[in-house]
Amino acid sequence: MTTSQGPTEPQPPVSAAVRLAGVEKSFPVRDGTTTVALSGIDLDVAPREFVSLIGPSGCGKSTLLRIVGDLIQPSGGTVQVNGKPAHQARLDRDYGMVFQAPVLFDWRTVEANVRLPLEVMRFSRAERDRRVREMLDLVELGGFLSHYPHQLSGGMQQRVAIARALAFQPALLLMDEPFGALDEMTRERLNAEVLRIWAQTRTTVIFVTHSIPEAVFLSTRVVVMSARPGRITNVVDIDLPQPRTEQTRETERYFELVTEVRESLRGRITSSAARARAEGAIG
Amino acid sequence: MSDVARTGPPPGEGETPPTGEGRVGGRDPIASAEPLAEADLTLATAPEPSGERPASGRWRGLVRAVVALTLFLVLAALVWEGFKFLAGDPWRYPEIGFVHHPPFRILQATDRQLPHLWDIASALAQPVQRNQQETLGGFLVGAALYTWQEALIGFAVGAVIGLVLASLFVHSRLLERAFVPYVIASQTIPIVALAPIIVVGFGRGLIAVVIIATYLTFFPVTIAAMRGLSSSDPRALELMRSYAASKWQVYRKVRLPASVPYVFTALKVAATGSIVGAIIGEGPGGVPAGLGRAIDNFNQQYISGPEKLWATILVSALLGIAFYLIVQAAEALILRRRRTARPG
Repeated sequence: MTTSQGPTEPQPPVSAAVRLAGVEKSFPVRDGTTTVALSGIDLDVAPREFVSLIGPSGCGKSTLLRIVGDLIQPSGGTVQVNGKPAHQARLDRDYGMVFQAPVLFDWRTVEANVRLPLEVMRFSRAERDRRVREMLDLVELGGFLSHYPHQLSGGMQQRVAIARALAFQPALLLMDEPFGALDEMTRERLNAEVLRIWAQTRTTVIFVTHSIPEAVFLSTRVVVMSARPGRITNVVDIDLPQPRTEQTRETERYFELVTEVRESLRGRITSSAARARAEGAIG
Repeated sequence: MSDVARTGPPPGEGETPPTGEGRVGGRDPIASAEPLAEADLTLATAPEPSGERPASGRWRGLVRAVVALTLFLVLAALVWEGFKFLAGDPWRYPEIGFVHHPPFRILQATDRQLPHLWDIASALAQPVQRNQQETLGGFLVGAALYTWQEALIGFAVGAVIGLVLASLFVHSRLLERAFVPYVIASQTIPIVALAPIIVVGFGRGLIAVVIIATYLTFFPVTIAAMRGLSSSDPRALELMRSYAASKWQVYRKVRLPASVPYVFTALKVAATGSIVGAIIGEGPGGVPAGLGRAIDNFNQQYISGPEKLWATILVSALLGIAFYLIVQAAEALILRRRRTARPG
């Protein structure tokens, strides 16, 4: 497994930001049987990696993200985050979360929305103000402090949500289809912005998406999943050079990787074949 | 998924210029293969069924309510006098040369039963009793203020009790199961049956009346606040969970603010309820003044002067409406910045 262009090499498993081993999730169904949502998930994510989870509806990618974030419990297997169980990591406030909808509070201004986690975590007033400004500058919404969410566009709202998720400098950013509800132009713009923020903040990101170009453009690795039961069918290393720009989307390698991810999704490429191809391409 | 629309703007809203984010009709051909396959994309942008109201709409709503009320009052007056014109006592106004004999005669439309509106209005300008200086109008305004004061205390106490009960119930299924049935049952007891018991228990006077007003207030607030406190976006709660927020923080920063629109809907019901409670309570409560006492008195004088009782009923109704509008104005003021799905 090589992420040749990531900020750091995902090396020793001890320092893994996220380590999933044999994670399973099954839900009871009304008739007494169970549905297996996730089966045998093994995945290591190195610090400062940007890993995308991609797969068809119902493959459990969002479920997996929620398991990592300790929002739901796995039925089996272990989840380690920064060497701790996921539960402890949540109590230590290691997670920043961004959902598909911005989930902003309509009675709070932009500034107050970003401030919410800082209030919950009892940051000092001065520290709160400093960080809110810093984060809103980071997502280029410094001029919108006292706006209310409904006064912003969908893309701007999602940027507020990102600023809020990063305000307390979590070690791990979990993003669940954050741009799924946005139009393609806005999505591409925000993709570039997320990469810039990622480079600046040096957080580890796990990003759920169902957009192939988005996954390829953003990630250091793309984890391809299949449904029923949800499992990992392939991991594609994205060796596009950093920093990535709009030109990256027009390179031949980009299109090759898009094709590779797409064919993995169609089940044409097994894990080992992909590995061989990827290595061949690098070599 | 339906509450996505509550936190997000309508999908048609354009990007604002400062960011320069444009909208395009078409999609990247590479992207089109997967994203469109997911059904929840369309759900996410579907409008909230209960609709959204921009903040300015609340003020407009208030103005509309006042206009609608005026229209209703005019219409009611026309029906009232029209009924009398068709089936009441003869209209004799020789001073303006108008005499009219209604074609029909129905007991309920006679001057004893249904006085002319102008007779009620002129009764307001006449003394309450013979040999007294105070006009009926002045007396009724004083009585209304007295009753409103009782109702206001009952309203405030009832609202607080309702909010506290709802907060307990949404945090404890055990408490909810144990007590909510009794909260509901409490409202099936007729207040007229309960009033004497309260008066015996707490003595005659203001406290008994306030308790009765409270009794009619706390219920709608409890029920609505329970709904409101449970109305938070589940993802907002997940977000708070990811912050490792305490239960109190979740309550204070998410659940309570989210319940405010619901609570206001109940407060509007409670406003009129508290006045009804105060009026009913004044009889057995034995307070010296108020609209309830006025109703008791003028009831006994109904045969000789039905206008007085009608005037009192009119003032009572106006008091209820005024209190309702005050709460509505407070709602418009407090929620002016919000754009949120409104309950009910």
